This record gives sequence, structure tokens and C-alpha cells, in this order.
Amino acid sequence: MTVILGWVSGLCLLFGSVLCITGGIGLLRMPDFFSRVHASGVTETLAAPLLLIGLALQMEWSLDLAKVAMILILILATNPTATHAMAKATLHGGQRPLEFDKDKSTGGEGSSKP
Amino acid sequence: MIAIAAIMLTDLFAVVMLFGVYSLLTATLFMDLDAVDVAFTEAAVGAGVTTVLMLSSLHLTKRWEALPRRNPLLALLAVGVTGAALVYAVLDAPLLGDPSAPVHQHVTPRFIEQGLAEVGMPNLVTAVLASYRGYDTFGETVVIFTAGLAVLLLLGIQDDPRLRPGVSAIGDQLVLRSVVKVLLPLILLYGLYVQFHGDFGAGGGFQAGVIFATGFVLYDLVFGEGSARAVVPPGWLHRLAALGVLIYGGVGVYSLLVGRPFLDYSALADDPVHGQHLGVLLVELGVGIAVFSVVLLIFYAFAGRGRRQ
Amino acid sequence: MLNAAIVAVLVTMLLALIRTFLGPTEYDRMLAANSFGTKTVLLIALAGYALQWNSYLDVALLYALLNFVGTIAVMRFFEYRNPSEEDDETESAV
Repeated sequence: MTVILGWVSGLCLLFGSVLCITGGIGLLRMPDFFSRVHASGVTETLAAPLLLIGLALQMEWSLDLAKVAMILILILATNPTATHAMAKATLHGGQRPLEFDKDKSTGGEGSSKP
Repeated sequence: MIAIAAIMLTDLFAVVMLFGVYSLLTATLFMDLDAVDVAFTEAAVGAGVTTVLMLSSLHLTKRWEALPRRNPLLALLAVGVTGAALVYAVLDAPLLGDPSAPVHQHVTPRFIEQGLAEVGMPNLVTAVLASYRGYDTFGETVVIFTAGLAVLLLLGIQDDPRLRPGVSAIGDQLVLRSVVKVLLPLILLYGLYVQFHGDFGAGGGFQAGVIFATGFVLYDLVFGEGSARAVVPPGWLHRLAALGVLIYGGVGVYSLLVGRPFLDYSALADDPVHGQHLGVLLVELGVGIAVFSVVLLIFYAFAGRGRRQ
Repeated sequence: MLNAAIVAVLVTMLLALIRTFLGPTEYDRMLAANSFGTKTVLLIALAGYALQWNSYLDVALLYALLNFVGTIAVMRFFEYRNPSEEDDETESAV
């Protein structure tokens, strides 16, 4: 049982770290604020619970486990809210998402077609 | 590196955020040095309250730093000499954790060896803070109260009729409001946990007061100053701040009246250890109440002002 | 594996920090600072367990909360004007 828990914990930690770094790279390389918000907000909100679950699987039943659960719930509740609020504030400030020029692009990267 | 960037940037808004990051890294450093209570307080105050207060004052003043007009050579010289003297003094200091260092010699072994037996709580930091060095902590509480007084004298809390309940600067954000409504009782509950758990783990009056105030600051940010002042009127805060200091001082005066020295907690109960428990409880309560009301008062003084006043 | 996760979180913190320095607009900096804060919470939780720090989960919980409050504060003070400053215009819902 402990071995299985160890493996599952390792997997969770691995996926969490990969998502984390992906989010960080997205934060740096995306061209525009809104794509950055999307990249970092989404990946972080999944990476954090994965990492915390990976950590929790290695602990015994104790008060610490309850605290890890609390941190998990708190991050799940506040991170999307903060991302949403930030995006709304940026819209309020007048920024608009980057649009690709329909005439010049060759690939399928035009603005959204209804 | 962060400090250098904070000095070089002239956009004060970015500087405030960098300061938040800096204080966070300091808190992590304190954790590494096994000073948990200090890390707790540093995270709570530096990354939370100070950032919010600096932002609110930035909102009222200019955003870009005015470049200095005079030649700063004399100032640079003064700072350079002082810095060099400090570094030279540090070179002579004992290594971290050196058992023969002076700070570990005189009173500290007694605290460490007899703290648990005399005061009866596992967290030595709280024992030293509230019992062995209770007089210093009383001074700190009075200092916090005085800071609140100074802000009130200098700025005052504006009673603006346009700050009605329900009017919020942020506007009508449903997601934010719903989440904050659910989160707020949990924050206050966590503040209470930190207050009363200070005997066993990290915590105590200062951190709990800041967490409590942060809950109400969050409410203020999202729902507007009008609603916040309807929930916690500034008049209450004036009295609560004084009450906090009064509780602390009252414990001391009570021990005087019974015939023991000032702030001697064994005067509070028959069994000295019980007396210590009771004394620390009351004293931390006083500190928590005072810190909470002063932080919230200072926030009210800054946040509700219009830019033209 | 725990150590690898800690290193990954540290790397991401560095990336977010770079974005805080670079970010052409303030909104980018706000986003990157929020991201940095969340990563710090994870770092304290993971490293605290690995290095056996004392009471590390309390600090992590506190900081998760303060990160949120700080982001909302930045947004509130930077973007929106006080109700005391509006003269005749009505408060518009965003």
C-alpha cells in the first residue's frame, strides 16, 4: 500500500512540476496579456493541487494533513477568482486582446470566425 | 537583486510590488533560519498590510518618482561610511548558533531550561515574549497604539457622505463578491486559531491581529468603504484600540494591587503556572485587539480619501 | 521526486520574477506577482516538509491568503477610482 502511495505521489508531483514549468514558460513567451493570463492562471490552478496532493500522500494522518487540505481548497478558491478579477480590471483599463492581421497571416491564425 | 531593481525603477507602483516580493523572500529566509514566529509576522505585515497601505497612499500621491535635483554625493558618502562600519562590525560577530556567543550566555539558558516548567507552554517564543519579557511587549503594544494615534491626528478618518454602503470602487463583480463572502468567515476563524494557538505553534497576538484586520480589509476592498464602515464603524475601532492597551496594562496593574511586581502573572491564580497561562492569554488578547484596531484604523484613514483633499 | 518538484517550483518562480521585471504594462507585473506568490506558497509547503521546518503550513496558509488580498488591493487601487472622487457621473458596473 505504501509503495502504491509512493508511486502515485511521485506521479502527482511529476505532473504538477511539469504543469508549473509550462505555466512559467507560457508567462514569459506569450505575446499578449490575455494569453499570459490564460497560460499562467489555468496551469497554476491545476499544478498547485497536484503538487499538494503529491505532498499529502507522503504524510500520515495528522493535523498537518488537514492544513494541506485547507491550503488546497484556499488556492482552488482564490486563484481563479484573482485571475478573473485581474482580467476584468485589465479590460476596464482599456487593454484589448491582440488580434492577428487577417490580410497578412498565411496559416489559420485569423481572428475567431463565428 | 530585487532591492537593486526596487531602487532603480522610478515607477513606484512596480516598486511596491517588488517590495512585496522582497518581504516574501525574507520570510522564506526566516523560515530557513528556523524562526517561524518572525517569518509569520514578516509575511503577514510585510507582504500583506504594508503593500496594501503603500498602494493606498500611492493612489493619493504621484505614481512616478521625482528625480533628485541636488547632487547626492554627500548622502552617498554618509551611507557608504555607515555601511562600511556596519559590515566591519558584523565581521566581528559570533557565528550563527555559536554556543559561546554572549547572547546565549546569561539569561537564555534559564529561559530554555526552565521555560516549559515555569510558564507551561511549549512555544518558547511566546513564553519569552509574553511572560519573561512582557514589559517589552507592553511597550510594543503602546507603540502600535501611538502609531494609530499619530495617523488619526495627522490624517483623520474622513466622513464622506458619498461613501454609502453598497457603493464600491471595484464595481459590481459577482464572482469576486461571492468568493469573498464565503472566504471571510474562514479568514476570521483562522485569525482566531492563530491567536489562541500561539502557545503551541507559531502565532500569537500580533499575527492574529494582522490576519483579522486583513479579513476586514478584504471586505473593504471588494464591497467598498461605505459597507465596511457600516460593518465596523471607526468609533468602535477607537475604543477597541484603547481597550487592547487597557487589557494589557490592566493585568499589570492588577498584579500591583495584589502586591506582586508589575506584570507578575502568578498573582492571577493560586497555582503559578495557571496564573502564567491566564496572564499570557489575557495579554495576547490585548495585543491582538490593539493590533487589529490600529491596522484597520490606519487603513480607513488612507483608503477612503479622495485625491483632491 | 520531492526535490525535483521543489526545483521546478523554484525555476517557475524565477520565470515569474523575470516577467515582473519585464512586463511592459502594469497588468503583466500584477499577474506575475500573483503567480510568484502562489509559487511561494507551494515552495514553503514542499520545502518545509522536506527540510522539516517548524510550523511551515501555517505560514503557507497565511501567505496563500495574503497573496489573494494583495492582488485584489493592487487591482483596486491601481485601476478603479474612489467613490469620493466621482462628482456627477454614475458608478458604472464593469
